[in-house]
Amino acid sequence: MTALLALFWRDLRRAWGSGALWLPVLFFLLVATAFPFAVGPDAPLLARTGGGMIWVAALLAALLPIDRLIRPDRDTGVLDQFAVRGMPDEVIAAVKIAAHAIGFGVPLLMALLPAAALLAQDMARVQTLAAGLAIAIPALASLAILSAALTANLKGGSAIGGLLILPLAVPMLIFGAGMLDPSGRGAMKLLAATSLLLTVIGPFAAGAALRGLRE
Amino acid sequence: MSAHPRAGGVTTLLRLDRVACIRGDRLLFENLSLTLRRGDALWLRGPNGTGKSSLIRVVAGLLRAAAGTVERHERCALIDENAALDTELPLRRALDFWARIDTVDGHSVDRAIAEMALAPLAEVPVGMLSAGQRKRAAMVRVIASGAPIWLLDEPANGMDDAAQARLVAAIAKHRANGGAVLLASHFPLGLDDLHELDLGALA
Repeated sequence: MTALLALFWRDLRRAWGSGALWLPVLFFLLVATAFPFAVGPDAPLLARTGGGMIWVAALLAALLPIDRLIRPDRDTGVLDQFAVRGMPDEVIAAVKIAAHAIGFGVPLLMALLPAAALLAQDMARVQTLAAGLAIAIPALASLAILSAALTANLKGGSAIGGLLILPLAVPMLIFGAGMLDPSGRGAMKLLAATSLLLTVIGPFAAGAALRGLRE
Repeated sequence: MSAHPRAGGVTTLLRLDRVACIRGDRLLFENLSLTLRRGDALWLRGPNGTGKSSLIRVVAGLLRAAAGTVERHERCALIDENAALDTELPLRRALDFWARIDTVDGHSVDRAIAEMALAPLAEVPVGMLSAGQRKRAAMVRVIASGAPIWLLDEPANGMDDAAQARLVAAIAKHRANGGAVLLASHFPLGLDDLHELDLGALA
C-alpha cells in the first residue's frame, strides 16, 4: 500500500511539477477563446453552442498529455523495475489512471469556469458541464493511459494515441453534451454508465499493454 | 557451489532448469540450467549478442523463457543500462522513492549511499550526474532494496577504479550476508570465488 501511494504521489508530482500539465488546460482555454472569434460575439448563439464546444475542447485536451504518461517510464527503466518487484501491471495501470484523473481532471475543472464565461454559459449550464466532466474524467484518464501504453513503443505515438482515443470517447461526448439539452434527463445516466465501463476496462487493457511493452 | 552457513531453510535462491531464450527469430541459448545458492556469484561472460542481458531479463521475470522453468525463491534487485531514477529530482529524493516502493527505511538508503560514496552528491539532480555516478546511484538502489538476489547487467560501465573497488566490496559484503549475485560483464571485476558461465560457448 505504501508502495502504491508512493507511485501515486510520484505521478502527481511529475504531472504538476513539470508544468507539462498546464499545457492541456491552456489548450482547453485557447479553444474556448478562439471559438467566439470564429462564430462571432453573438451571446445567445454562444450560449447555445458553447457547451458542446467545451466538451470537444476537453476531449482534445485529454489527448495532449499522452506522450508523457507511459513512455518516459518505459525509457528510463522504471516500468522494468516495477515488474522485477512483481508488481502487477494492472495495479500499476490503475494507479497511473487514478493519478492522471486527479492530475489532469482537477485543473480541467478549474479551467471550466473561465472557459464557460468566455462562451456565455449561465450558472445552471456550468453546473451541468462540471458534473458531466467530473463523471467523464476517470474514463478519459483510463483511455489516455491505455493509448499511452499501447503506443509507448511507437515513434510519433501520441498522434496514433489520439486516433485510438477519439472513437472510444465519442459516446461520452454525445451523452455529455446531451446533458445540456433540457430534454436529456437520461443522458447523465448513460454518460455515467459509459464512463464506468471505460474506467473498469482501462486498468486491465492498459495492464495487458504494459506487459506487451516488455516482449 | 557452496552453501552459506547463515542460510536458514532455503539455501537455493535461484534455479534455472533447461531454459531457452528466443529474441526475434534467433535462438540465443537453450538447455541452460544453473543454480544460485546463498553466497554464490556467477559471472555470465561471452561476446556481445550472446544473450547475457537477455538471460538477466529472463531471470528478472521481464522476458518469458521460451522453454524451461525459472524459480526465484527470493526477491530480486536489477541494475541494467537504465538507472530508473527520476532525472529532475535530487539524487536522495529519487532514491527515497524506490525505498518507499521497497518499503525499506531511510537508514538503509543512508548506508547504501555511504557504501557507494555518493553522500556529497545527495542534493544534486540525477540529470546532472555523470554516467558513472548514475551507475553508482543505481547500485545504491540495489543495495538499499535489501533483495537477496542481485542481477547486475554491466554494473561497472562508466565507473572509475575507485567506484569499481566499492562495487566489488559491496558485492563481497552482500555475499557474506547470504546474498547471491548474477553478474553479466565483459570482465570479472576481480571478484573472489567466482563461478563462470560462458554464453559464447553455448551458442
